[in-house]
Amino acid sequence: MAWQQPMDGSHASGSKVAAADGPGTQRTQYPYVTGTSVIALKYKDGVIMACDTGASYGSTLRYKSVERIKAVGKHSLIGASGEFSDFQEILRYLDELTLSDHMWDDGNSLGPKEVHSYLTRVMYNRRNKFDPLWNSLILGGVKKGPKGEEKYLGMVNMIGTHFEENHIATGFGNHLAIPILRAEWREDMTFEEAVKLVEKCLLVLLYRDRSSINKFQIAKITTEGATIYPPYSLKTNWGFAAFENPSKGAVGSW
Amino acid sequence: MSRRGDWVYENNGGTCVAIAGADYCVVAADTRLSVGYSILTRDHSKICELADKCVLASSGFQGDIKALHKNLSARELLYQHQHNKRMSCPAMAQLLSNTLYYKRFFPYYAFNVLGGLDSEGKGCVFTYDAVGSYERTGFSAQGTGSTLIMPVLDNQLKSPSPLLLPARDAVTPLSESEAVDLVKDVFASATERDIYTGDKLEIVVINKAGTKREYIDLRKD
Repeated sequence: MAWQQPMDGSHASGSKVAAADGPGTQRTQYPYVTGTSVIALKYKDGVIMACDTGASYGSTLRYKSVERIKAVGKHSLIGASGEFSDFQEILRYLDELTLSDHMWDDGNSLGPKEVHSYLTRVMYNRRNKFDPLWNSLILGGVKKGPKGEEKYLGMVNMIGTHFEENHIATGFGNHLAIPILRAEWREDMTFEEAVKLVEKCLLVLLYRDRSSINKFQIAKITTEGATIYPPYSLKTNWGFAAFENPSKGAVGSW
Repeated sequence: MSRRGDWVYENNGGTCVAIAGADYCVVAADTRLSVGYSILTRDHSKICELADKCVLASSGFQGDIKALHKNLSARELLYQHQHNKRMSCPAMAQLLSNTLYYKRFFPYYAFNVLGGLDSEGKGCVFTYDAVGSYERTGFSAQGTGSTLIMPVLDNQLKSPSPLLLPARDAVTPLSESEAVDLVKDVFASATERDIYTGDKLEIVVINKAGTKREYIDLRKD
């Protein structure tokens, strides 16, 4: 949900600093530049993730070509909604993590479960310091485990609540996309079927989420690696009879 | 008016129950994870096996619950290394209380029910509030459905008055299967009226043979 400033004016930009916190320290934050929903689901070959490429500054649609899904290591994808600068910070943490992992040079690489666990700890610990990363993150991936190829999809939010599921959405997606996914998701969908289902959800979000834009990116992660497809738009339909002549039958001038 | 620290907690809902028997203990919890009026997932365990005869079920804010369970599991492992044996349920009970009170001024938003066998092999249940005040009892319910379940357990498990001297045992004379049936019944009832309880029920039974786990479907609405 888009987080808004409380109306009572008691929180001017930048929070009041209690003397005990020390000079120049900030505690509670408010998100400024935010991304809206991300949706993801498991399919036959791995995990598919999608979101729009917009980032809002309150009610202004400030940035329209932002990539909110990124690859992590060789086996995972991360998608984020919420404060975009905090997402960039998280990507820097993940860079350090994947670099250390690579430098061990031991043939092992971090799988999606490990990255999700790491992110959960980071988010929870920041929440404990009252200095959160104001995001909802989706972590998806595939890695060969003892039982063969294991697909993984999990979410963690800004206070550290986390879980795994076959299909996940953040923000408005929880209310608009998840009902569709719960009704229509099946085990082992093909890529084409998964894309169709994702597009169905993205379209509903486009129609009903005020902060979404008509420019989307789909990404997939399989054992072959991560692919983030170039942005594209969906076809919308506004040609409903009720929209054509909205004041027809209305009493008065409007 | 929103306050500075409003966002640090959320209640992910759910209910936990435990019943102590003469030589067994039943610990159960639903598997629904909610936030606000949404269900995040229908398949999320609230139960953690801390030791072979000690099982913890917690409801409340899931971030804190997972951290608490992790903390206690780690402490139990250290105990094993130091004492060459697993922690007993009463020992874990005290540790849980101390761990909760340690964060008295920024609490773990977790409502806990600890169940298992004591050092004599008798069933024991310990019930907690969020800051560590605890009591050994014969049965307990915590979480969003606790107010619906507790009166039924009081009625069915006929606990003798704590005012009696000498103190009488609160463990139920019911058999293991009767206790499990009672747990299924109370959860079915709580699911009807508590929006945060439902989907699936996870039941863990501890007795001298070990630990058994069972899953029952609950209403998904």
